[in-house]
Amino acid sequence: MIELFNRLFGRRPSSATAKERLRLVLMSDHLSLAPEMIEAMKRDLVDVISKYVEVDRSKIEVSFEQQDAALAMLANIPILSVNRDAGDRAASRPSERPPAHGRPPSKRRRKKGSAGPAAGKPAAAT
Amino acid sequence: MHVLQQPQDDGEPARDAAAAPSRMGRAFVITSGKGGVGKTTTAANLGTALARRGASVVLVDADVGLRNLDIVLGLESRVKYHVLDVLEERVSLDDALVPDKNSPTLRLLAAAQSREKDEVDTEKMRALVQSLRERFDYVIVDCPAGIEMGFRNAVAGADEAIVICTPEVSAVRDVDRVVGLLGNRFRPQLVINRMRPQLVKKGKMLSVDDVNAILRLPLLGVIADEPDVIVATNRGEPLALRDDSPTAAAYRAIAARIAGEDVPAPTVGNKASFFEKLGAMLGGRR
Repeated sequence: MIELFNRLFGRRPSSATAKERLRLVLMSDHLSLAPEMIEAMKRDLVDVISKYVEVDRSKIEVSFEQQDAALAMLANIPILSVNRDAGDRAASRPSERPPAHGRPPSKRRRKKGSAGPAAGKPAAAT
Repeated sequence: MHVLQQPQDDGEPARDAAAAPSRMGRAFVITSGKGGVGKTTTAANLGTALARRGASVVLVDADVGLRNLDIVLGLESRVKYHVLDVLEERVSLDDALVPDKNSPTLRLLAAAQSREKDEVDTEKMRALVQSLRERFDYVIVDCPAGIEMGFRNAVAGADEAIVICTPEVSAVRDVDRVVGLLGNRFRPQLVINRMRPQLVKKGKMLSVDDVNAILRLPLLGVIADEPDVIVATNRGEPLALRDDSPTAAAYRAIAARIAGEDVPAPTVGNKASFFEKLGAMLGGRR
């Protein structure tokens, strides 16, 4: 009977909750068990961002946090200055690297917040 | 070293592997990370089911300090020596192997009760399992809970792993961790234990597919959470001996799969199971 009520009022079955919790806990387990991977990702991330802005490599913080239904990556990257030629580089990019074969350019992933305050901005990880 | 002694001719069965020393048996470790998910019960039943098929089997209780496999098999009164007596060369392997009371080709090597897990020498354990493989078709090592020394010792001599998981978040998480620790060498296969199909149907329990969508392991079998498992353990007579129990049949199906037979995939504990849909249609709302 309680079950029926729950179903009528749209309460999700507990097995779905278990599944979701399991998915999140395993993602975070796998991240915590791969510190080298996180270091490598941090390096790559900074390399990309450094093309546009000068960042303080010594003060970069990357962490992972569970937010409701998702695991989020939080990157705190202090910006020291904006590269003057960053705009030129961005403009010349499409000619340097044509879009991936068979993919319309509109579907390419856009990098968000490269000019804005990057610090403390959460980026959802899958 | 005692463990390498030739078996004495005492007229006991389970010597078929010894008769052909060139053929090595298979060594399995039964593990899970989490405690209380049914490793020991599964070990006893798989050993029994494999022995019923005519294979020679030795069950090794590696849970040093917390001996239990003898209880599940009903052999507690027959245990005189234990695995540490053999490893430390106080008795011969033959003296320590306890013949099972139900299956003539099954032997038990009990754990020490009054010792600790870190007293076991990993290399000696590896050598012991190796010498058992020369004498038995199957060596099944029942691993203690945890991922510390006891786990490492239990895993040492094995070349294949059977991981036991229950449909719970904590158990799945621990199996995921254990499988990560085992790596590729042990080709781990999964047994899902304590499955309650009725709860799965109602959305109150993770289904077999839910569990294995995450673990992605070859599914060896699914054991339903049935009272007859408890009754069998109370009596010290592994359920796999019985012919009238669907759970016993599930254990025997696992043994058949291990032996390389092509057994149909288990249907218990999945939302899409035909029989459950049929059951629901026929008014099986409980």
